[in-house]
Amino acid sequence: MQWGSLAEFFAMGGYGLYVWPSFGVTALCMGGEVFAVWRRHAAAAGSRDES
Amino acid sequence: MSGTGINWFKYSSPQALYPLAGRMIPWFAALALGLIGVGLYVGFFVAPTDVTQGDAYRIIFVHVPAAWMSMFLYVIMAIWAGLGLGLNARPSFMMAQAIAPTGAMFTFLALFTGSMWGKPTWGAWWVWDARLTSELILLFQYIGIILLRSSIDDLRRADRASAVLALVGVINVPIIYFSVRWWNTLHQGASVSITAAPTMAGTMVTAMLVMMFGFWMYSIAVTLARMRCVIVERERHPSWGKQASMPDAVEAR
Amino acid sequence: MSQPSMSEALRGVIRRDLLLAMRHRSDVAMSVFFVVIVASLFPLGVGPESAVLRVIASGVLWVTALLACLLSLGRLFTADYLDGVLEQTLLIPQPLAVLVVGKVFSHWVISGLPVVLLSPLLGLQFGLSGDSLWVLTLSLLLGTPTLSMIGAIGAALTLGLRGSGLLVALLVLPLFIPVLIFGAGAVTNSLAGIGSEANLSLLGACFLFSFAFAPWATAVALRIALE
Repeated sequence: MQWGSLAEFFAMGGYGLYVWPSFGVTALCMGGEVFAVWRRHAAAAGSRDES
Repeated sequence: MSGTGINWFKYSSPQALYPLAGRMIPWFAALALGLIGVGLYVGFFVAPTDVTQGDAYRIIFVHVPAAWMSMFLYVIMAIWAGLGLGLNARPSFMMAQAIAPTGAMFTFLALFTGSMWGKPTWGAWWVWDARLTSELILLFQYIGIILLRSSIDDLRRADRASAVLALVGVINVPIIYFSVRWWNTLHQGASVSITAAPTMAGTMVTAMLVMMFGFWMYSIAVTLARMRCVIVERERHPSWGKQASMPDAVEAR
Repeated sequence: MSQPSMSEALRGVIRRDLLLAMRHRSDVAMSVFFVVIVASLFPLGVGPESAVLRVIASGVLWVTALLACLLSLGRLFTADYLDGVLEQTLLIPQPLAVLVVGKVFSHWVISGLPVVLLSPLLGLQFGLSGDSLWVLTLSLLLGTPTLSMIGAIGAALTLGLRGSGLLVALLVLPLFIPVLIFGAGAVTNSLAGIGSEANLSLLGACFLFSFAFAPWATAVALRIALE
């Protein structure tokens, strides 16, 4: 373990401003994609059952 | 009676794929979660701080896998498109259709994280270097393929036209890869190549590769899920019936 | 009636398209004026410093040529598509790719060649001189046929679609980029005194590659569009 404290971990040696948005946006995009596909499937399958 | 039998036979391929994909998704999703979890742990807690770049280098744990997936998915999409054209197989076109949005997303992520990495490393958010530029072109190509598909109403033509475009655009992927050698720019050489490996600590490479496999498994899971959407949507599409009545020798295997 | 040979069919297509173009001479004039006007806008926007203009000349003129090609792509197949000639063409025994070469060649004569012929003049406007002026013309001569060839694929793919003008730009422009890089790079290198042979031979390679590949892809795309 190389991080002395939680604050040190979030600071990322001064590069936190660049590191965390990278990981955050990646997580957001991937999560969003899963959500979008889930919604799309629910919409498609739902209307199939109705018909 | 025989008519319904033939119809069922022709639907059989997508119909069989739908539950098959449904059974495969949880496995790939679990693999993806596990691998990404391990990759993040190794990347943040095991891999040491880089001597020259400090902790900013940790962005490569998402940047390189995203960039790699963006190109890899394009090639896979083109292969499915080519198979679809060559064999006249509808499921191949569906795969190509399902891959495109995920590929576009990874291309965007590669560009975004690349600029996040570039700012502290090069001092600029955007540099017109060969690899960044080609990645941008790759994004344009993904968008072009998605837009072409969505502006054609006839499913059969939409499948084929976007397949041709994907195949034409695949020439660009080797240009991306070799552009580093073609034009000299700031960007450091391909950092994963075996000869360049000593520049990165072993745990750094491990974390990157594990993340890469995680992203790969994620892509498979989400692509299969989107494929299921496509199958259901096409079943309801007005031109589905018309399409099914066309002779489709290969699918009647 | 004996079947015409492949070269006869090719010549027939070219003659017909050029004749049709001669009847609509204003179309040809329009693309020429477009290039002149767009190229003249840049000095007005950037400022008259000749040092700056010389640096941006290759890029500006190349992008202008690219846009001119793009704007005229709509004419490549649309008229034939609307009056049903294209559907008849598919039935001709000669390979469709050969006829595509004919159509692309006439498209280049109408939209690309005027730009090539005009380029020394436009280069002068931007303060290019001597060697780099020739390199510019030569690079356009090598590059514009490639643009027409690649553009034909996009034109065939978007045939008859709504909003196809914008769509074809989105599809084709990314594929134009290597030609743009090598073409503009040739002029830049010649200005820097590095020598433009490498870029020009890469442009030649692009041309040969597109010549071998694009007509065939266009033929496939046309069949898909007309199915």
